[in-house]
Amino acid sequence: MSSGFSSGKNGGVVAEFEAAEVSLLRSLASMMLGIVPPGETSDDPLERALGIGDSAAPTDPVLARLFPSAYEDEGDSTEFRRYTEATLRDGKRADAQTVHDTARAGRAELSAEEAQAWLRSLNDLRLTLGTKLDVTEEVHDEIAMMSEDDPRYPAYVTYDWLTYLQDSLVRALW
Amino acid sequence: MTIVWNDPVNLMSYVTYVFQTVFGYEREKAEKLMLDVHRKGKAVVSSGTREEMERDVQILHSYGLWATLQPDSVK
Repeated sequence: MSSGFSSGKNGGVVAEFEAAEVSLLRSLASMMLGIVPPGETSDDPLERALGIGDSAAPTDPVLARLFPSAYEDEGDSTEFRRYTEATLRDGKRADAQTVHDTARAGRAELSAEEAQAWLRSLNDLRLTLGTKLDVTEEVHDEIAMMSEDDPRYPAYVTYDWLTYLQDSLVRALW
Repeated sequence: MTIVWNDPVNLMSYVTYVFQTVFGYEREKAEKLMLDVHRKGKAVVSSGTREEMERDVQILHSYGLWATLQPDSVK
């Protein structure tokens, strides 16, 4: 059985995974939920209802990549973040939760909505690992030359596998 | 203008697909924009009112693309 995605019904896809891959995907999704805490909204009930929250730019490189500044101007950027970041955080958490809950060994159908959540979350995982590993566009060639004893090897192989999965999902959705 | 910047992680196929999905662009136009991002380092992917572009940037961030907004008056 080869893992990955194929086209499904009504904009959905069919996912095929082995049990070990499902364990890995679930632990990666849990890691994502740990990295992206829920959006911190203000104490004001109206602001909270509108998703208005924290406005400080993240200092952690992974969070800075997941939630980039929208404007060159710091004031504009802070204001944009205040209105959008809590919603974005909650979206990324919901996507990771979908991956966690719908990853199954064997063949599984994913709805169009679940497929989009998978697509975004696989990319969030690649951005997270890619930022931590400081990857370049030549990462695939670097892995090919890397010794299996290299302590970075498992993380690089995981990144490469997520890349393969994401490309497979895009092609199943096209 | 909404600008998307090149980064070493986002896949060419994925970026093209996101441009098609978010903006409803034809595959050919989405591919051309993706190649501009890849080769030139950035591309203007949409323009409009500030509100429209802020919405675009927020959606692009939800897909993990590195998008920024540049007010039209600043060249």
